[in-house]
Amino acid sequence: MNPMSLVTPAIGLIFWTTVVFTLLLLLLKKFAWKPILNAVDERNKNIDDALKAADKAKEEMNLLNAENERVLNEAKTERDNLLKEARTMKQEIISDAKKQASIEAEKMIAIAKEQISNEKMKVVTELKNQVAEIAISIAEKVIKEELTLDKHKEIIKRELENNKFN
Amino acid sequence: MKKLFAVFFSLFMFTTYAGETTTQIEGELYNPVPTIMHHISDSHEWHLWGEGKNSVTIPLPVILYTNGNLDVFMSSKFKHGKAKVQKGNRIYSVDSHSHITEEGGNQVLDLSITKNVASMLLSLVVLIVLFGSAGRRAKNKKGAPTGILSIIEPLVLFVRDDIVAPNIGKKYEKYLPYLLTLFFFILINNLLGLVPGAANVTGNIAITLVLSFITLVVTNLSGNKSYWGHIFKPPGVPLALMPIMIPIEIVGVFTKPFALMIRLFANISAGHIIILSLISLIFMAESGLGTAGAFGVAPVSVLFVLFMYLIEVLVAFLQAYIFTLLTSLFIGLAVVEEH
Repeated sequence: MNPMSLVTPAIGLIFWTTVVFTLLLLLLKKFAWKPILNAVDERNKNIDDALKAADKAKEEMNLLNAENERVLNEAKTERDNLLKEARTMKQEIISDAKKQASIEAEKMIAIAKEQISNEKMKVVTELKNQVAEIAISIAEKVIKEELTLDKHKEIIKRELENNKFN
Repeated sequence: MKKLFAVFFSLFMFTTYAGETTTQIEGELYNPVPTIMHHISDSHEWHLWGEGKNSVTIPLPVILYTNGNLDVFMSSKFKHGKAKVQKGNRIYSVDSHSHITEEGGNQVLDLSITKNVASMLLSLVVLIVLFGSAGRRAKNKKGAPTGILSIIEPLVLFVRDDIVAPNIGKKYEKYLPYLLTLFFFILINNLLGLVPGAANVTGNIAITLVLSFITLVVTNLSGNKSYWGHIFKPPGVPLALMPIMIPIEIVGVFTKPFALMIRLFANISAGHIIILSLISLIFMAESGLGTAGAFGVAPVSVLFVLFMYLIEVLVAFLQAYIFTLLTSLFIGLAVVEEH
């Protein structure tokens, strides 16, 4: 067999190879390469999207956490403020009450003092009146009896003993 | 499992082969060349096994175009080259190299479905079925690849991301369908060629010629200003050297695909020849030393064939890879922007 036949291309084979390869290219392009590569690209895009979404969710989560912390801190300060306020209010109330009480007490003391002085004045007046009455009644008796000096003296002495100052 | 297949294949080949040795002359050392050539050459019929009356062959259609007449008949009508076929006033005969001539001396255009064409059509069906179903899966089912797609998708992505994209650059997408088809066409035909009794498609110069010619056309049609500039006005070359450099560059345009053609053809044919030669050793030993010699050589020969088969599976992938890689590289050189 002639070895040159190995390296001599046959026309028929060239023709059929061209036909088969062209056909194969067209068919595979439509039914294999496009769907496979599209699916791969789509999947890659989906993975990218999912990763991005996860990142975004993480960021949002962080934001949410920060917000929560802020709210919590706010609440804490507010509570502290409220407590402080309440404490000062308590102090105020107590001091107010004390003040009020002392004022009230002073007032009462003042009233009592006035009453006492009034009572005293009454008593003194009454005493004065009584003294005057007694003096008058003694004078009356003295005059009534028209007595001698001795008698006079005796009467005065008696009356004085009767009206012991009390 | 692989080993089992390889053993099976080599045994298969062994039996395929055995029937063909009966014609040799007694006492003479067995000459393996005709059988090997027969195995790696194209033929009008698909010979499976057996010889003479016992041979099992698949007849293939012969399509001939002579003087404006299209003659179609089955190759079995030639009765393995012993008979002539008459169609109208045209009488055809076939020689032992599968070369068809017409008695009247008319030029015959042979467009027959030969063994190689039939095998190529088989690979077409295999490719369409495999990749078509993978494509359908990709289209219908979202999410992770399943079934056949889970095998094919990584290969497709390997071709895209490791062969095509890095070598062509940004504009790779336009060439991707062609390069994917090229890769899998070569791969499947390389693998089909390893099946015992199969044709030697990618080890045929006509087929590698067509593939490399497409590379030549695609490369030069995509050539940009910078590409042609490098050929007709190589930068940094003194004017005096231009008459030498320009022809060299022009020759370079053709040598690149020419090397592709020879590389694939030679690699695949060489693999087939080595395996056939190793098996031939058994028959050479038989003709020289008798049956005992054959039994002595057979185990060694079978082991070597097994080893070669595994190498050939690797080569099948490697050659598909190299052809696609170099084609991508040539296209990449043609489309690269001047910087």
